[in-house]
Amino acid sequence: MTLDLPLVFAILTSVAILAYVVLDGYDLGVGMLMPAASAAEQDVMVASIGPFWDANETWLVLGVGLLLVAFPAAHGVILGALYLPVVAMLIGLMLRGVAFEFRVKAEGWHRELWNWLFWFGSFLAALAQGLMLGSYITGFEPGFGYFLFALVVAGGLCGGYVLLGAAWLILRTEGALQKKAIGWTRWGLAWVALGVVLVSLATPLASETVRMKWFDFPRTLGLMLLPLASAAAWFWVWRLTGRLKRGQPAPEWGPFAGAVAIYVLAFAGLAYSLFPYIVMDRMTIWQAAAHPSSLKVVLIGALIVLPFIIGYTVYSYRVFRGKAQARLYD
Amino acid sequence: MDDALLLARAQFGLNIAFHILFPSITLALAWILVFFRAQYARTGEPAWLEIYRQWTRIFALTFAMGVVSGITMSFQFGTNWPGFMNTVGNIAGPLLAFEVLTAFFLEATFLGVMLFGMNRVPGWMHLTSTVLVAVGTSLSAFWILALNSWMQTPAGYGYADGQLVAADWWRVIFNPSFPYRFTHMMLASGLTAAFLLAGLSAWRLLKAPSDPAALRTLRVGVMLGAVLAPVQAFVGDLHGLNTLEHQPAKIAAMEAIWKTGRGVPLVLFAIPNEKERRNDFAIEIPKGASLILKREADAELQGLDAFAPDAPPVAPVFFAFRVMVGVGILMIALGWYGTWRLRKGAFPPKWLLWTFAGFTFSGWIATLAGWMVTETGRQPWLVTGLLRTADAAGPAGGAQLGASLTGYLVTYGVMLLAYIVVLTHLAGQGGGPAAVKPATPPEGAPA
Repeated sequence: MTLDLPLVFAILTSVAILAYVVLDGYDLGVGMLMPAASAAEQDVMVASIGPFWDANETWLVLGVGLLLVAFPAAHGVILGALYLPVVAMLIGLMLRGVAFEFRVKAEGWHRELWNWLFWFGSFLAALAQGLMLGSYITGFEPGFGYFLFALVVAGGLCGGYVLLGAAWLILRTEGALQKKAIGWTRWGLAWVALGVVLVSLATPLASETVRMKWFDFPRTLGLMLLPLASAAAWFWVWRLTGRLKRGQPAPEWGPFAGAVAIYVLAFAGLAYSLFPYIVMDRMTIWQAAAHPSSLKVVLIGALIVLPFIIGYTVYSYRVFRGKAQARLYD
Repeated sequence: MDDALLLARAQFGLNIAFHILFPSITLALAWILVFFRAQYARTGEPAWLEIYRQWTRIFALTFAMGVVSGITMSFQFGTNWPGFMNTVGNIAGPLLAFEVLTAFFLEATFLGVMLFGMNRVPGWMHLTSTVLVAVGTSLSAFWILALNSWMQTPAGYGYADGQLVAADWWRVIFNPSFPYRFTHMMLASGLTAAFLLAGLSAWRLLKAPSDPAALRTLRVGVMLGAVLAPVQAFVGDLHGLNTLEHQPAKIAAMEAIWKTGRGVPLVLFAIPNEKERRNDFAIEIPKGASLILKREADAELQGLDAFAPDAPPVAPVFFAFRVMVGVGILMIALGWYGTWRLRKGAFPPKWLLWTFAGFTFSGWIATLAGWMVTETGRQPWLVTGLLRTADAAGPAGGAQLGASLTGYLVTYGVMLLAYIVVLTHLAGQGGGPAAVKPATPPEGAPA
């Protein structure tokens, strides 16, 4: 049996993008929560993501890189159609990336300005990513209705990032800030619930392909596991944050794990809805794939290097485990 | 050339020019930090630690600028040049993928340990992290320059199922111009970092003449510059001979040689006249170009007429080359004179400090000019002999490109201004624990 390289790369690319969404999701979420915190708390929040944000964004480069390498035909179509939101996202990512560095080195109103740009960049990047996702699901159909749909998706994604960011802060902070983070997590949860329900109602209306896939008995029954499991994760996080709020014992890693689970399940649902298309209704992963010789080379390289990447990523999270403090460059 | 293509090129040129500013510093500064960190590990002198910390801050800032502008690049390959990936994607793709896999994660992760982990990991691990960041940046340069060099001098490819594929990856990576371009760029980065080190230290000494750390880093920068600048001149010459062999049209544009002939003069200065295809106001050394490029006064050199209509524009290549060489010569002079004035720990005169401060970003000028030469000099080809730039452009219309170009221009302008302001501010402050103040006093911080 020969290896189905396009399928392998579809999985690799998806995993890289999922890793990006979860990892950069929490630091974008922390960025979006900045205005809700005091100046001292902002320093702690930034310190909690300081050692990680750069590597987190590298997953985006890997995801886009794999798309470029493995599915060049789709890469052109997707990024061509998403040209403006991509530019908006990049500008957002640039502003927040450098704001990290500038805000520590600036003083007075300069510092305020970079704090604001850090928030604005995070928000702009999250919003643009949501618009990209919404437009991607519907196969880049033009028209106001589709734009509205993309806006709803964008709102949901922003809420999801806030949820991840707040849950991260529960894990990585203590005291008053952690208390605030518990409240933010519950707001994020409510927001995500609304977003997921709206998107789930709207998606089958917006795309016939998705409708056929979702309402295909008896498969639908198996598919029901995804929303059920998401709901279970949602309620678990709600219950845990309730306990934490009342000062009852509950694992602090729980809300973050639950939020990640919600993301993984939503991603699985998305992948199921799209497969085998890489550009909705237009191009399958096999039609878009690059020549097998170059895929093979990249696959061998990836299989050798990825264990190292995972290894030192785990090492870095171990080094910086525990509660974050405002001290930078200690 | 239509407007959309011109805009696509302008936008990509702007992005890549903005991007290269930062790797051209971090590539070598990462190794200089290894030196500072190792000196501290070896001697235990707090002064080395202070220097290491000060320059780590500058490195982190520069690195962040490089990362965010680099992410933009990764998208623009697809958005601006879809024809590029459609034609040579089977070669460019894996090289880019290897850059991400072997370099980006490595440098990003260990930069975190390097910046924030000094009190959390053992000393040897912190030194190792500093080394791994430097290895990562160099690996990144290795892969991206392998790709760029392959585009200049393609080798090791074949065709399968109607697609261009790699036949021999070794020859793809170590293509004819790669060893020269890689060495030339590493040295360029060394010089950029050396003069940045010297320039910012000089700036500090002008404000605080009694800062021993600044005098120390000034010496490191000046001496590094004095050593690397002549080596660079030698390597640059070899690179030029390699270009003559593989891309003679580029050399013809660099030297403004319009007609093929024997005993070609070296044009020191002129205004190339593209319309009349000759040089106005030329100052020449008779037979100089033949002598330099062929080591023989009466040797024949191909002129631009030999390559028409596939010849690059002359004026930008010609002038950029002279800017690069000119800055290089000044670097040699300044490096050597500075080393002599700084011998035996002597304090340099004020005017010399001002000169070094003025040369803080001279490496940027030379590096940008050098890339201008090599990238404009290969036009009209994107991949020499295989793909024309015009055939690689994307479907994005003039309006979209115009809007995004404006967005990028404003963002880059703000970022560059902030970068230079913060750098000089940091340098003026000097090192020491007071340089970075959190908004609140850190808990349990040593007094």
